[in-house]
Amino acid sequence: MSIAYYATPKTVAEALGALAELDGRGMIIAGGTDLVPLIKQNRVDAKALIDISGVVEIRGLAFEPEALTIGAAATHHQVCSEPRIREIWPALADACASIGSPQIRNIATLTGNVVNAQPAADAAIALVALGARMEFMAAGELKTELIEKLYAGLGRSKIDPRKEMVTAIKVPRPGGRHGNAYGRISPRNSFCMPIVNAAAALDCEGDRIVSARLAMGPVAETPFRPQRAEAELQNVELRNTRALEAAAVLASQEANPRSSCLRGCADYRKELSRVLVKRVLEKAAAMAGRESIQT
Amino acid sequence: MSMSQIPTRKKIEFILNGRPTRIDIEPDELLIDVLRDRLLLTGTKKGCGEGECGACTILLNGKPVNSCLLPAMKVAGQAVLTIEGLAPDEALDPIQESFLEAGAVQCGFCSPGAILAAKALLDEQKNPDEAAIKSALSGNICRCTGYVQIIEAVKLAAEKMNAQPPASKPS
Repeated sequence: MSIAYYATPKTVAEALGALAELDGRGMIIAGGTDLVPLIKQNRVDAKALIDISGVVEIRGLAFEPEALTIGAAATHHQVCSEPRIREIWPALADACASIGSPQIRNIATLTGNVVNAQPAADAAIALVALGARMEFMAAGELKTELIEKLYAGLGRSKIDPRKEMVTAIKVPRPGGRHGNAYGRISPRNSFCMPIVNAAAALDCEGDRIVSARLAMGPVAETPFRPQRAEAELQNVELRNTRALEAAAVLASQEANPRSSCLRGCADYRKELSRVLVKRVLEKAAAMAGRESIQT
Repeated sequence: MSMSQIPTRKKIEFILNGRPTRIDIEPDELLIDVLRDRLLLTGTKKGCGEGECGACTILLNGKPVNSCLLPAMKVAGQAVLTIEGLAPDEALDPIQESFLEAGAVQCGFCSPGAILAAKALLDEQKNPDEAAIKSALSGNICRCTGYVQIIEAVKLAAEKMNAQPPASKPS
């Protein structure tokens, strides 16, 4: 590695100060589980790193009336081991639990999972389905944007870690009856990239879906929302498994996976995406159904 | 301020195997290299160097992490446990005993990492079921045992640790 400078700020202000001083030559590092191998392989040129994992203000989770705030330095382990997240946002807990190994989850952050901009990133898929936003400091201003709008292409985020710093991820708290779910299909159960993954979030009135959000990966250059399938789900009754299945068929038609030596051919992956979207829709519908019984 | 004016090497302090430790760290040093090459703690093994195999597992504040992916600067002010710190002097921890008894140590290269991953599990759960054991060890690749003996060893260690009150040992 050829890192000449490594800053360990304790506050957001210090981190932003270092970023400004280094004027484009510094780069934010959080967990580093993706960045460190890239630097070792000379695929990322980073002469100076600003490590935000010691910034206490952005390490925690906060449960607010409107949203869950996930600090930019919070790890996958923190999120998937939190019972309140498992209860309200099981899609996010399951996605975070399926990333890497325990060793990776103890260090890697959700923010890194998004900014690394890989279309298979499990946490990012769940966050897109849940309508999560990212808050970041850019040119002295705190900006907020839907996570799905922060992708510039394969492996390219609109967040520039040489100039900008993410402070938090905000996951909106579901209002009324709601269900969400995440799933993946992979060659083995643990420590494995998914062949396909998907998440669903269903907002309901009574037993009818009023709004559906689906996210799928890796079936496009970025986390993918099959919007025709989402539209098809409006006004569908939760127990109407045929309609859920029809939406899954649409979603798989909209998806555009590549043939891959690692992940299988495109036709196979399209078929798996149909099966998986159906599964997550049924799981999310079951959760929404349970909620409606409770209320 | 230009980069050339910023001091690059830093003296960090951390708790290593229960003892306060100070060392000068270069900005590009990884923890595994500091442990093995400078502190001569060669029990931590370097396998893939990419966070895939788990041979380099150490406990950072009680949680398993890959030391091959960890810039050494990250451990400032933290507690690090390597396999050398698991039991005092020449004694063996019950997990190490169990690995020997169950035949879980064959070539031995994965053992330090697997034992520390098992320690982190057993510190949190006294009686983990097989699924919990498999999950806790899912970041540690073993090419000898087929994992059967390793899983048996962790079960045996749990029995041993539940049978005897914990002796005083370095954290």
